[in-house]
Amino acid sequence: MTRGVLFSPLARAGRRRHKLRADSWRLRVFLTTDDRRLITEMPFACIFVSDFPVEALLRAEPDLRSQAVAVLEGKAPLQKIFAANEKGRRAGVSPGMTKLQVEACTDLVLRARSSLQEAAAHAALLDCAQSFSPRVEDAGCGTVLLDLAGLEPLFGPLPKIARDVARRACDLGLEANVAVASNPDAAVLAAHGFSGVIVIPEGREAEQLGSLPVEVLFMNEESLQLLEILERWGIRNLRALAALPDVALSERLGQEGIRLQQLARGCASRSLVPVETPLVFEEAVELEYPLILLEPLAFLLSRLLEQLCARLSARALATQELHLDLTLGNTTDDVGTDAPVRPSSGQGRAQARQTFHRSLRLPVPLLDPKVFLKLLQLDLNAHPPGAPIVKICLSAEAVRPRATQGGLFLPPSPEPEKLELTLARIAGIVGPNNVGSLQLLDTHRPEGFRMNRFAPGQRQKQPARNENDKSSEDAARKQNEGAVTALRIFRPPGRAAVTLREGRPVHIACPKRKEICGEILWAAGPWRSSGDWWEQEGWARDEWDIALQEATGITLYRLVRDLLSGQWQVEGSYD
Amino acid sequence: MSPLFSTQAGCAAVFAPRKEPALVLKRLATVPKLASVTPASQLEVRSSPEMVSSGIREIDALAGGLPRGCLSEICGSASSGRTSVLLAALAAATRREEVCALVDTTDALDAISAAAAGVELERLLWIRCGGGRRASDNRPEVRRPTSDARSLEQALRVTDLLLQSGGFGLVAIDLGDVSHSEARRMPLASWFRFQRAVEPTPTVLLVVAQEPCAQTCASLLIRLQSGKKLSAFSCQLSVQSELGPAHAQLLDGLQIEGELLRSRLQRKPAQSVTAAFATKAVRVS
Repeated sequence: MTRGVLFSPLARAGRRRHKLRADSWRLRVFLTTDDRRLITEMPFACIFVSDFPVEALLRAEPDLRSQAVAVLEGKAPLQKIFAANEKGRRAGVSPGMTKLQVEACTDLVLRARSSLQEAAAHAALLDCAQSFSPRVEDAGCGTVLLDLAGLEPLFGPLPKIARDVARRACDLGLEANVAVASNPDAAVLAAHGFSGVIVIPEGREAEQLGSLPVEVLFMNEESLQLLEILERWGIRNLRALAALPDVALSERLGQEGIRLQQLARGCASRSLVPVETPLVFEEAVELEYPLILLEPLAFLLSRLLEQLCARLSARALATQELHLDLTLGNTTDDVGTDAPVRPSSGQGRAQARQTFHRSLRLPVPLLDPKVFLKLLQLDLNAHPPGAPIVKICLSAEAVRPRATQGGLFLPPSPEPEKLELTLARIAGIVGPNNVGSLQLLDTHRPEGFRMNRFAPGQRQKQPARNENDKSSEDAARKQNEGAVTALRIFRPPGRAAVTLREGRPVHIACPKRKEICGEILWAAGPWRSSGDWWEQEGWARDEWDIALQEATGITLYRLVRDLLSGQWQVEGSYD
Repeated sequence: MSPLFSTQAGCAAVFAPRKEPALVLKRLATVPKLASVTPASQLEVRSSPEMVSSGIREIDALAGGLPRGCLSEICGSASSGRTSVLLAALAAATRREEVCALVDTTDALDAISAAAAGVELERLLWIRCGGGRRASDNRPEVRRPTSDARSLEQALRVTDLLLQSGGFGLVAIDLGDVSHSEARRMPLASWFRFQRAVEPTPTVLLVVAQEPCAQTCASLLIRLQSGKKLSAFSCQLSVQSELGPAHAQLLDGLQIEGELLRSRLQRKPAQSVTAAFATKAVRVS
């Protein structure tokens, strides 16, 4: 008889044979209170996602989780069922059936197999494992092993760790079985055989695994010859296989038979082969039909961003740079003339062959999918792809999250997330080049500045200054206190006709600015400057400060004569 | 048949004139419909806003500084010193390590003047209106507004976004080169919206224009004009010594007079209150 206790987040320790069902996964722990003393070393956990190709698709389309779903593989018209979920199997769908055979099922949802989504789902599974343990083994498609040794002081007892692993996988969009055992192979078998979460105490592997069918041993093996032999012998479960005499089994099946028996007894031992997964966070989706509107694209982007942010969050990371790659279809074939996607110019068009790349660089690391989505929407509105979209690939550069401590007495400053959104919206109104912060260039050339991305929080802290520096800075501040005569620049400057007398301007007429016309009351100058004469863009000019009588009073202007072209221009007014 | 209106006996008793005021208040609180009504005697006086320096000592002495959470307006004609005051306020705010934004309606900011005024340019968000693409640009049948109107439209939208975003110490709208006729077309509802948006925040909203345009929404209104000495230009000229070159006659600065036209924060003075200050010329050398 199986001694077992069913635990759930709500169940107390010590209860026996209660079967509770959690929201999305079942937790079964076969141990008693006394048995828990035996769990001294169960350092391996296995995360297994059954029907992995289907789960990878359901991760992108969670709405289909309540329906029967089957995955097709192959080229039309020779498509065959590759995998189906539990509801699909109950509807009579099994791998190997042709598309024509399953089309009779009315409620069945058919999807083409997507290697991109499977890769992304597997990467998410590895991220889930890596968020608990640094020693993780990639055990094949949809199966990941992790070493739990030493994690109890960090995450709590092993059943809690197993529950947390399953919950983390669920957050990443994958319903996974989690099994904890004292050796990797036992954990893998338990994860393949039992649904939900299971913790097998050390020394009870054979007892717990005994009820599993022998097919579990051949889940990842292509040769089923041994399975047929075992079936002919009447071996139906692992308990029967474990009870066979070793020598007799070795004589008939060789070393492979011994290996299978050790697996069935749960006493096989091997070392974990840890992998170092690169910090690549990429999500992709291939579309069955080309997208021609930005609204459904935003819907898909939202899902991808949520998955991406969940993965980053699982690894305690954030991102400062997002890359969006859109594969575009043929405009003439796929979209009519009323398509809202417009041809974009310049930056966005990467290659003639239908790839469209956009990058989103942020001043601070963020991890908010809503903010990312809004920023991408604003960016795509400003730079539309120009053709129907057939594939979406979104990747993030992982960085450490921002660690800041707020202060009660710090001056007000905008929140980085809000500021980014505000800047993107403003850039959509006035143009991306017309918003930012100023940076003066080391030149005397007029308009010697450039616009930088506005990031007030990115200012680098100055090193500790000595008293002399502080005093000189205070002196400079005192000198700056008070008002300076500011110039208001006319962009573009207004051309003017100037009359000179004895080398000084005495009359001015500016056709584009009617108010600048008349006798010059007073003129000061010239202030001569030149530069860049060693380059093609050399410049030389004389500046005059002039006063004109206008209806509102006397107004001061800056008048400039370009010495290279001889033209007079009104550059601005003093105010 | 039930009457359309009914008078409750309790209410009639509450409003009986012979009751003591405290008793009336107690009875009021017991009436469910009036429970949420705060009596006028218990209304709290709105606290006066925090004042921050405008960067010019004379303006601070004149108006007490610029109020946080209020709309302040500085008006004056060309060469009256509006931009000088604006840059001084921006410099003072950035010196307080606050993040500032300048909505430059006519793209008139001079970077060198801003740096000379002491503005920390890294903390200043400069928005140059007049560019960008409008949704109606693709529709030729729509009459395109003048550039001033388009810039004003952009300035209003940008200011809305900035105030909603929050966190700015000072948001300045520069309407200095926008004609008064265009500025008056700005809907009063926008100014009320700005005032309401900025009210619960520590942001100073500063508007620079030729004539007052925010009307009653402005808590502080200062008119600037050229000093009387401006007509005699000799006082602004720093004539170098006779040994200097002939062209050494340069603009030294402006004499500015400011008049406090309105302040919600203090009683209106019986006669006009003015202050005068001078600006220093900036020249790259």
